[in-house]
Amino acid sequence: MCGIVGLFLKNPQLEPQLGALLASMLGTMTDRGPDSAGFAVYGSATEDLKLTLRGPGEAALRAGIAALAAATGRPHAAEMRDTHAVLSMPAEAEDEVRTWLRANAPGLDVVSAGRRMEIYKEVGLPAAVAARFDLAGMAGSHGIGHTRMATESAVTTRGAHPFSTGTDECLVHNGSLSNHNDLRRRLGRAGLSFATQNDTEVAAGYLTWRMREGASLGQALEASLDDLDGFFTFVVGTETGFAVLRDPIACKPAVMAETDDYVAFGSEYRALVGLPGIAAASVFEPEPARVYVWERH
Amino acid sequence: MPTIDLRTSALRDLNRALHALAPDTNETRWIVENPDGRHAVAVGLDAAVSVEIDGHVGYYCAGMNKQASVVVNGNAGVGVAENMISGFVHVRGDASQAAGATAHGGMLLIDGNAGARCGISMKGVDILVKGSIGHMSAFMAQAGTLTVLGDAGEALGDSLYEARLYVRGSVTSLGADCIEKAMRDEHRAQLFARLEAAGLAGEVDAGEFRRYGSARSLYHFHVDNAGAY
Repeated sequence: MCGIVGLFLKNPQLEPQLGALLASMLGTMTDRGPDSAGFAVYGSATEDLKLTLRGPGEAALRAGIAALAAATGRPHAAEMRDTHAVLSMPAEAEDEVRTWLRANAPGLDVVSAGRRMEIYKEVGLPAAVAARFDLAGMAGSHGIGHTRMATESAVTTRGAHPFSTGTDECLVHNGSLSNHNDLRRRLGRAGLSFATQNDTEVAAGYLTWRMREGASLGQALEASLDDLDGFFTFVVGTETGFAVLRDPIACKPAVMAETDDYVAFGSEYRALVGLPGIAAASVFEPEPARVYVWERH
Repeated sequence: MPTIDLRTSALRDLNRALHALAPDTNETRWIVENPDGRHAVAVGLDAAVSVEIDGHVGYYCAGMNKQASVVVNGNAGVGVAENMISGFVHVRGDASQAAGATAHGGMLLIDGNAGARCGISMKGVDILVKGSIGHMSAFMAQAGTLTVLGDAGEALGDSLYEARLYVRGSVTSLGADCIEKAMRDEHRAQLFARLEAAGLAGEVDAGEFRRYGSARSLYHFHVDNAGAY
C-alpha cells in the first residue's frame, strides 16, 4: 500500500504553515502506511550546504559530530532534532565530511544534502514520527511525505522514504519496481552509489543521473516511463520543483488539488481535506503516464 | 429529512441507520454533509430513499446499491456504485477508477470524467459518462450499456462478452475481441432511452455515437490454438 503526500506552495504567505499542513496530511495517511514515515521539507535557501545525518540517538550524533570536528579541524554548526542532526557547512566540505563519516562513524547515515532540503525519517506511526521531529513547526516552500507499508524490504529506517540521491533532490514512491536490480548495476557503472537494496532508491538515482546528464526534471521523468518497469506513483522534489508521475496503467492511487495558493498531492482525497480553501480547489486525478511539473520562479 | 454531518457523526452510524430503514419509511430524503473523502459512504442500501452527499467521497460510495438514489455533489473515489443491483447513482464531479464495476442493474450517471476500468465486468448496469473514460473500460463486460459523450482510452471493451458500448468521441484503441458494430434502429432507440434517462433528450443527438461490442471470437476454444498448449 503506502501513502504519499506532497504540498507545493505558490503563495509565500502560507510558507510558515507548510510543516503543520504537511504533518496533518501525513497523519491522515497512517491507514495506508503505519510502519514508518518520512518527509522532506524545502526551507529557505542557505549559503551553506545542509547535511542531514541520522544516528541511533542524540548522544551518538553529538559524539560523532564532535569527533568529526576534532579530526578535520573544522567544526560545523549542528541543529539537533531527535535522531537527526542538520550540519551546515560550505559546499566544498561535503566530500571531506562524507568520507570521514563513512570511515569513522558507521552508525551515522547521511540522509540528505541540500541548500534548502532536509529529510527526516523513522520507524513508527506517522503522527509520532512527525511529532518527534516537530514537522508542524517547520516552514518552507514545498514538502513531500511518505507513510510506508513495507512489502519489498524490511521495516527499517533505511527503507523509509523519501530517498535522496542528489543535492536537494528527493523522491517518494508508492508501488514496486521490477527492474531495479539491473538498473542499479547500470547506474553504478555511471558512478552512482546506493545505500540500500530498495527499489525506490534506484528510481531516485535514475532521476539524479538523468538530471546530471542535463535533463530537466520533466524530461527525466518522461524518460523514466521507458526505463522503469513496475508499478509506481512518484512525487519528486527538487530545489525549485515539484513533480508527479503515475505508471501507464495507473496502478497506484493519486489525487491532486490545485488552487491559486498551492498544489497538493495525496494518495487519497482524505489527506487533502484540511488544506485551506480545499472546498473551492480544482480536485483531479493525475492521468497515467503524464508528467506533471510545477516550478518556483 | 435527516441531515448527517460526518464530522460530528460516525460513518458507521449513518450506514446502520440507512440499512435499518423499513420499506415504507417516511424518511425518504437524507442529506450527508462533509464526507471529506471517507470510504464506503451510503453502501449497501436497500430502500427507495434518496441520499444526497455534499462533497467528495472516497472508495466504494453507494456500493451494492438497491433501489436507492444516491447523488454525490463532488468527486467519487475508486469503485463508485460497484456491484449496484438497482437504483440510481449520480456523481456530479469526476469518478475515479472502476466506476460501476460488476454492477448488475440500475443507472450510474457521471457528469465529469471517469478514470480507468469504468464498467469493468459490468453485468447489466447502464452507465452514462458525460465526460471521457480511461483505459481498459468495460473490460470483460457482460451485459448493460456504457454510454460516453467524450472519448474512451486505450483497450476499450477488452475481452468483452455482451455489453453495448456507445461512444460519441474518439476511442484510443479497442481491446481484444472488441469491434465497432453497425448502429441499427434498435440501438438508436436504446441509446435514446439512456440519454433520456440522463436528462439529455433533445440535447445530445444519438446519431453522433458509434457502437462497439463483442466479436464473440473468444467465447469458445479455437482449435487452431491447440498447439499453444
